[in-house]
Amino acid sequence: MTTLINYLLSGISLGSVYAIIALGYTMVYGIAKMLNFAHGDVIMVGAYICFFATSRYHLPPLLGVLGAMAVCTVLGILVERLAYKPLRSAPSLAVLITAIGVSYLLQNGAQLLWTPNPKVFSPIVGNGRVTLLDGQVSVSHVALVTIASCVVIMLGLTWFTSKTKMGKAMRACSEDKGAAQLMGINVNRTISVTFAIGSALAALAGVLLCSAYPTLVPTTGSMPGIKAFTAAVFGGIGSIPGAMLGGILLGVIEIFAKAYISTQLSDAVVFAVLIIVLLVKPTGLLGKQINEKV
Amino acid sequence: MKKTLALVLAMCMLAACFAGCGSAKTETAEPTAAPAGDAAPSADAAPAAFKIGGTGPLTGGAAIYGNAVANGAKIAVDEINEAVGYTYFDLRIEDDAHDAEKAVNAYNALKDWGMQLSLGSTTSTPCSATAAETYADRIFALTPSASSPAVIEGKDNVFQMCFLDYPTQGGASAQYIGTMKLATKVGILWKNDEDYSTGLRNSFVDKAAEMGLEIVSEQTFTEGNADFSVQLTELQNAGAELVFLPMYYQPASLIFAQAAAMGYAPKWFGVDGMDGILTMEGFDPQMAEGVMLLTPFNADSKEAKTAAFVAKYRELYGDTPNQFAADAYDCIYAYKQALDAAGATPDMSNEELCDLMIKTFTSMTFDGLTGTGMTWDATGAVSKGAHGCVIENGAYVGLD
Repeated sequence: MTTLINYLLSGISLGSVYAIIALGYTMVYGIAKMLNFAHGDVIMVGAYICFFATSRYHLPPLLGVLGAMAVCTVLGILVERLAYKPLRSAPSLAVLITAIGVSYLLQNGAQLLWTPNPKVFSPIVGNGRVTLLDGQVSVSHVALVTIASCVVIMLGLTWFTSKTKMGKAMRACSEDKGAAQLMGINVNRTISVTFAIGSALAALAGVLLCSAYPTLVPTTGSMPGIKAFTAAVFGGIGSIPGAMLGGILLGVIEIFAKAYISTQLSDAVVFAVLIIVLLVKPTGLLGKQINEKV
Repeated sequence: MKKTLALVLAMCMLAACFAGCGSAKTETAEPTAAPAGDAAPSADAAPAAFKIGGTGPLTGGAAIYGNAVANGAKIAVDEINEAVGYTYFDLRIEDDAHDAEKAVNAYNALKDWGMQLSLGSTTSTPCSATAAETYADRIFALTPSASSPAVIEGKDNVFQMCFLDYPTQGGASAQYIGTMKLATKVGILWKNDEDYSTGLRNSFVDKAAEMGLEIVSEQTFTEGNADFSVQLTELQNAGAELVFLPMYYQPASLIFAQAAAMGYAPKWFGVDGMDGILTMEGFDPQMAEGVMLLTPFNADSKEAKTAAFVAKYRELYGDTPNQFAADAYDCIYAYKQALDAAGATPDMSNEELCDLMIKTFTSMTFDGLTGTGMTWDATGAVSKGAHGCVIENGAYVGLD
């Protein structure tokens, strides 16, 4: 029983890392209607910035996180301006390929700048653990911080998109760019802001990811990025609570599949569940059915 | 307007990609080209150079190994060229991005360049592909680090420098654990989508039964796995006192961190791939305290040749060399020794050199950084000793 609870807790902590990445994915997809495959690599850049700030220059962790968020925000805006904006009216396939190109560019750029040698990230909140039930069940501080930030970010984003002026502009853009522009919304600026927020979230996700799994290499972001993308689709891409739900479920399924089915087949099980969900509910768990008017 | 901008952008990205590959290549090619230029005026007096080529992952996820080999080989080539006073070796390492198909393309480029002797490929899968080519073309190959038996199997002119082909290393580890009575209940955590890890695990299991070790739990993982909580919990519940880790150091660093976090502290026993864990930037050596491993190369060694190599490597590349770099360094010196012994000259064809090298390598004894008294048998496998080491206070301490 305690083993089961321990597995559940590991699943939730793994899942909350996926969830936090998925929030960035879903945010950008929801507004800009594009899959930003470079998101995973922005995570990696954020983790490197925080690593250098805290390990090389011995800055306090909070400054490291803020620095990483600032750098990634600028990076996100730059990437959007240089790589995606010129393709705004191009077919979505072209944008998708560009995103993959940006992903490779960031990975190889990181390799040139920071060498492919792995670095070890020191967790920003220390290595401590909270133990329950006479020490039989334990959960790390990093996991608690990740889960808490995940909830805060989800609530914050939901509030932001539904209540603020900018958020409303974002939703308008997401529904119909042309109409939004006619209503006086600056579409380009709105999408830039979306990327800025998405990238800042990516930086935070990178720091939390590497706090939980401390090895840092230029390809650190790619696998969690793909899993988080899956989580976003699972929960209903474009839906903010869906991303969180999808992420956590994905983490729990992955750990349980490893524990009770097979360590080798865990990814296969995860994707099989995804396929089944999409067959039954094509828009994902919390996705909205949007009827296209012809 | 948008189209032109997109075009410019696409060009920039392409350029950046090529810049990435280009600079990695020139790093290794430039210094060898420079001495060649210096030697040009006196070309009549100085004999031509032996052209040595090899492929390795200079970019991509395995770049750490390819670059280590390129750097280690370059140090040896520069030293030899300086010592003899003219360009004795001309070295060229091409990028294969740890991909068999790219490795064969890179190999063909090297052949067009006029490669006479080969360093094979750095990693096993590409090396199996290029080894088949070197065999067909009769170019002698000595791979620094491709340890799979498939690399040398059935090829009389492909040799290995790397420490013990792994069938021996896994067995040697089991024997060591059994003889030293380190534990009786043993767990194994291995990466089952990798030849290296699987081979070590198989030979370990074979020998373990003989040594009276009880394997209580076997756990596996695959590429890209970051969460080991399930595997570690299973090992702990099975009561493994010692866990054998046949893998490279990158996943191992994650395993140590997660085991420490869950309060599981068995004895850890690693393999040569574990070498490098202490040089990871930001790694807390406390995490690896007490980890045992068999390794051919110890960067902290006080032995003069090793210390000089490590100092030079640090100065040039700002990093501590791992065993891949040391193996590549040894390869170049082994070539030098063999060429001198056979009286080979650079004007010989690759077929002639190939026959000479096969004869010389199987009969000579070589002392290098990664072992002394190394010999090769006709299959191309090297025989050299393994040192048992334990990590104490962030340094290797010899066990025997």
